[in-house]
Amino acid sequence: MFEYTLFIMLLPLLSFIVLGLAGMKMQHKVAGLIGTCSLAIVTILSYLTAFQYFTADRVEGVYQTIVPYNFTWLPLGNLHFDLGILLDPISVMMLIVISTVSLMVHIYSFGYMHGEKGFQRYYAFLSLFTMSMLGLVLATNIFQMYMFWELVGVSSYLLIGFYYPLKPAIAASKKAFIVTRFADMFFLIGILTFGYFTDSFSFWFADQGTDIVMGVGSTPFIPGNMLKAVTAGGLIIPTALTLMFIGGAGKSAMFPLHIWLPDAMEGPTPVSALIHAATMVVAGVFQIARMFPLWLQYAPEALSIVVWVGVFTAFYAAAVACAQSDIKRVLAFSTISQIAFMMVALGVCLVGHERMWDNHAQLGFMAGMFHLFTHAMFKACLFLGAGCIIHAVHSNEMAFMGGLRKYMPITHITFLISCLAIAGIPFFSGFSSKDEIITACMHYSPVVGWIMTGIAAMTAFYMFRLYYGIFWGTENKEAHEHHTPHEAPLTMTIPLIVLCVITVGVGVYTTLGGFLGWGGSFGSFVTASGEEYTIHFDPQIAATSTIIAILSICLATYIYKGETQPIADRLYKTFPKLHRAAYKRFYQDEIWQYVTHRIIFRCVSTPIAWFDRHVVDGTFNFLAWGANEAGESIRPWQSGDVRQYAVWFLTGTVALTLILLCI
Amino acid sequence: MIPVECYFALSALLFFIGVYGFVTRRNLIAMLISVELVLNAVDINFAAINRLLYPNGMEGMFMTLFVIGVAAAESAVAIAIIINVYRNFKSDSVDAIQNMKR
Repeated sequence: MFEYTLFIMLLPLLSFIVLGLAGMKMQHKVAGLIGTCSLAIVTILSYLTAFQYFTADRVEGVYQTIVPYNFTWLPLGNLHFDLGILLDPISVMMLIVISTVSLMVHIYSFGYMHGEKGFQRYYAFLSLFTMSMLGLVLATNIFQMYMFWELVGVSSYLLIGFYYPLKPAIAASKKAFIVTRFADMFFLIGILTFGYFTDSFSFWFADQGTDIVMGVGSTPFIPGNMLKAVTAGGLIIPTALTLMFIGGAGKSAMFPLHIWLPDAMEGPTPVSALIHAATMVVAGVFQIARMFPLWLQYAPEALSIVVWVGVFTAFYAAAVACAQSDIKRVLAFSTISQIAFMMVALGVCLVGHERMWDNHAQLGFMAGMFHLFTHAMFKACLFLGAGCIIHAVHSNEMAFMGGLRKYMPITHITFLISCLAIAGIPFFSGFSSKDEIITACMHYSPVVGWIMTGIAAMTAFYMFRLYYGIFWGTENKEAHEHHTPHEAPLTMTIPLIVLCVITVGVGVYTTLGGFLGWGGSFGSFVTASGEEYTIHFDPQIAATSTIIAILSICLATYIYKGETQPIADRLYKTFPKLHRAAYKRFYQDEIWQYVTHRIIFRCVSTPIAWFDRHVVDGTFNFLAWGANEAGESIRPWQSGDVRQYAVWFLTGTVALTLILLCI
Repeated sequence: MIPVECYFALSALLFFIGVYGFVTRRNLIAMLISVELVLNAVDINFAAINRLLYPNGMEGMFMTLFVIGVAAAESAVAIAIIINVYRNFKSDSVDAIQNMKR
């Protein structure tokens, strides 16, 4: 029934190969159309998959995990590396997110990248990225996931460094690749530890209990030999999962591995929208969601690491976002903060609750996934809107903007709607998901709940600071003199409108549904146990968070809307150090620089380099020297004089004959 | 009937003339001729011993013919090489081609 899902992965791969090999000979339009058309087909197939999957009958109230393809790629004794496709509620949901955002970005790039050198290469890399991301979410086992995880990293690297003649782009792409690679090392160690002790990499397999059965909602079944590992040490599974989480934290830019994401904004803006806002950076969240039954069953205590890393990152990123002046950097830090919200949501599932598999206890899982979905849509819209603005004013700095609402009405409206969504105003999608996250946090512990409410307020504040900075305030007449800003072309505004419609549609439906207790919204599709859960807002929490969000929007309006900003200036003058620290991202880059250059390079790398150069190289140089000397010593025998050879030959023959005769 | 020892003596004589020539001559053509002499010495031995030990068999004779054939091919190849050596070094002396060792 789901055999066609193979094409969801194959089509982008095909268009990558075609565009990669023959793209440079094509016209820009042709190359773009090939990429976009294949993505359009993928989107249609994804929606078809989602429709068929979610309309299929539930068995005992749970959506079945379906594996249309699975073949063994490398058998290694008990272990085997498989490749295949796995459909369950979260992977189907991710299909929708990835294909929708990717299609919008493909269309948008027609306008944004128009006439750019390397247009075909750009589309080829977009196809590569889409293929890898789809492979990541459809993976049947952790090892396949890891392979595509790395492919995603590579395509992110290629796209960040798309403007390769520019030095910052190269530096940013290398930074992104190295930081995520560093984190992925832990992921690999985690995978290998896990595989070694459990004899399995699979998330799901039908092979009668030889593998871990781990569809969403099922209690993970682990074969006997592994159970020993679990019960004996008790630390192996939590350790493996925590190591995997470090990998996820690297990809999802959790503190302190977040340093690559703000720099990744050097890439083209649609790439930031697709990779660094909507899809790739949530891979870490997806990974935890994927391993979630194991986390709950065998490592519930370790989940608190996820919670606290998430809480700290959310706060840190929100604080930094308040002080940035580059609009893409603000959005990048807001992305980090929002992903941290998802991490927290996954972490706060009520462990040790007597009804552990109850949906109510597992609210966080649903909330995190829901926020992933809504965030992907409105954040992609924000980034694409930022792209339109950058396209219009040719700068990332807020100083060059201000008063743009007259020039760019469509961008203005869509940006405003997305800002309202991320701020958590009712009837916009961000409200429903964020409210569920805060509710889940409140169930977990009121402290976390209130911290997250505070961070949500900060979110509303910095997003509206950004909004007013761009669209209101003083117009930079000097910069606009030679070049009046203008609305972006249709190819760029249509994706904005589509994403906005999704944001508002989902928002209105789920907000009304949440207050009135309708079924059929997000909780019907994706929950931890797989059983249907009707979202029902807690009026107290909903009211509190709405009021706080509105208050902080009012505060931002009060401070930043006017032509001049006396309060902001006074605050800046009162706390210059704080502002400077926040602007410099609390010196995280400098700390990393110090740690890597001064400590790691000097104390670890230099001795290792000395050992390598002198001991390892020395050994081999000695062997080579010996062989060389031996050769030199017998070299004179090879005189080149034929008659001499003949004499030696004759002498040898005679000697041999004599020896044989004597014997 | 010529006694078989005469054949052996002739063969030995040819063989040593050949070896002596191969070792002492510097001229490539002369060395080639010397090699041919060695081969002929072997041929004589084959034929004589075949006749002496297995009068009904023909294997030795055939081997002789085979060696003659091989010798013809070998000398053709050798002469081709010598011609090329001569063209390159303007000499047909073995001393001229000592630098071929490198």
